[in-house]
Amino acid sequence: MSEAAQIDPAAGGAAKAPLVQARAITRILPGLVPTTLVHDIDLSVCDNELVAITGPSGSGKSSLLYLLGLLDVPSSGEVKINGRATAPMHEEERAFTRLSTIGFVFQFHFLLPEFSARDNVMLPMRALGRLSAREAAARAEALLAALGLAEHAATRPDQLSGGQRQRVAVARALANAPPLILADEPTGSLDSKSSEQVFDILRDLVDRHGKTVVAVTHDLTLAARMDRRIELRDGGIVADDGAA
Amino acid sequence: MNLVLDIALTHVRFRARQTFVAVAGVMTGVGFSIMMASLMEGSQADFMRQLIDALPHITVSDERRDPQAQPGEIAYAAARIYGLTPETRRRGIKNPMASLASLERWVPGAVAPSVQTKAILRYAGRDVAANVTGIDPHREPKVSALAQQIRQGTLASLYRATNAMILGDRLAEKIGARVGANITVQTSDGARLNAQVVGLFHAGIRSVDESTAYVLIKTAQILAQQTGLVNEIRVRVSDAMAARTIAQRIERETGYKAVAWQEAHEDLLSAFVVRNFIMYTVVGAILLVASFGTYNIISTITHEKTRDIAILKSLGLREATVRRIFVIEALLIGLTGTLAGWALGYGLIAALGTIEFKMSITTDLTRLPLIYSPLHYAVAAAVALGSSLVAGFFPARKAAGLYPVDIIRGAT
Repeated sequence: MSEAAQIDPAAGGAAKAPLVQARAITRILPGLVPTTLVHDIDLSVCDNELVAITGPSGSGKSSLLYLLGLLDVPSSGEVKINGRATAPMHEEERAFTRLSTIGFVFQFHFLLPEFSARDNVMLPMRALGRLSAREAAARAEALLAALGLAEHAATRPDQLSGGQRQRVAVARALANAPPLILADEPTGSLDSKSSEQVFDILRDLVDRHGKTVVAVTHDLTLAARMDRRIELRDGGIVADDGAA
Repeated sequence: MNLVLDIALTHVRFRARQTFVAVAGVMTGVGFSIMMASLMEGSQADFMRQLIDALPHITVSDERRDPQAQPGEIAYAAARIYGLTPETRRRGIKNPMASLASLERWVPGAVAPSVQTKAILRYAGRDVAANVTGIDPHREPKVSALAQQIRQGTLASLYRATNAMILGDRLAEKIGARVGANITVQTSDGARLNAQVVGLFHAGIRSVDESTAYVLIKTAQILAQQTGLVNEIRVRVSDAMAARTIAQRIERETGYKAVAWQEAHEDLLSAFVVRNFIMYTVVGAILLVASFGTYNIISTITHEKTRDIAILKSLGLREATVRRIFVIEALLIGLTGTLAGWALGYGLIAALGTIEFKMSITTDLTRLPLIYSPLHYAVAAAVALGSSLVAGFFPARKAAGLYPVDIIRGAT
């Protein structure tokens, strides 16, 4: 099987309309003094895009990512995934959409410490239940191999380097072959060499595997190498070089 | 393996020390509750057995439960008669042999005649009041455990001497008599005879052992000064628990008062109800304490696993799935603890069974009376698993309700 086929068995299909659409979304944290995380965000991300969300700390980058990834619910406005409105979805449906359509990569790898790299990658596949245990294990090993971790499949996260852990996290995000990868500071905790490796993987996912990647980053140099940059300040978009 | 079970197993396996403590808590609870139940119920069953075995299951006496209606009352239903002195009746069961034959036809068990009388036993200047019971040595072994209770002599020894007598060991001790001693027996009616002690028995019930003497029926009849007297029919039924029902039927058919062992010991039986309540309260408390251990460990795991829960939920695992993980962890602890507790309980009972005691308040025991009952194991398991389930459910519900963004934000 080719490397492309290992990462996404369904890769190579025709391009479609916006994968993620946000329409006037606002998120306000309730409390004695309500806090506005993001406000009036309009955003469309199409297939095969590598998008950087940049901005200073507290500008709402991660909050926007969580809203796009259905981890959080907007106070107002609407998020559509594959053209489907998510507001009417109940929690179980949102969870299923996350499991099948979205892959997350966090700043800290967030792998389950008791499980091996292979088991961590298998986790979303087992939760979705489309593959048998044998098939899931084979796919997990193929993904790890594609990311240069073939010999670390049975290794637990605490025995891996930071860069290796983050690559395992990327493999886990790709487990169910989701069209959308959301990465929250994926290189934030890595040295420059590992950062470069992870960036190359993300780039490769878009260029060769037809994925859409939205990555939050502080690193403007890295952002400059992406297809599109969205800059946030005080919860609102101040610049989007890919906006129509 | 199922994902939920795999994660649950991994969690409890990787926290070996905490898991061991929680399992030990459940194990101790289950083990000791089984032991307690075995001990309490065993002692109760032993006591009951002694009560049931020591005496006949049913005694039919020559009394009536209600005073007989007077002829005037029968003839004139509207009349009420005061100040009547009942006629002096001849003591004993009327036509006892016919009654015995009638009972033998339908009572499931055995029946035997006896004569109850009271007398003073005199020996070496000591006088002690005693119930002198006349028995038939051939039929008595079928209705009571007297033959097995005899420590010196045999039931047949009653035939070996004129006016032979078998005494309760405490009664013999009271008057200082031994086997072979000649004692004087005198009733309140003035009957008096010399009897020879031919045996000693030990029923294990103090009140019986210190106040009962057995003689042949004819000897008792001499003491009662009434030839052919039989004032008690002793019945032993094949199912001791059915004694009350059979006694009621005997009473209906013969008109004589028939007292089943349950009625004779009603006060003790009602005391057992209180005793059982206390026992189950104590056992329940032990298991409840054990369940706090389970609650503690599951709470700790969920607290420590907050970040993992957020990861699992962010990946797309449903709340119900996350909740199941922690409930299964609690059940795994409960199940392992229960199995270990069964072994502990069994071992404790086996160990207790080897200890010998000498007690002499109401009964004599050489070993602790214990019961191996599957019900004890089942109840302990049900309570342990139930409390583990409850102990796991609340932390699990809390864990499943966590909002992943809050944890992820806090971690980054």
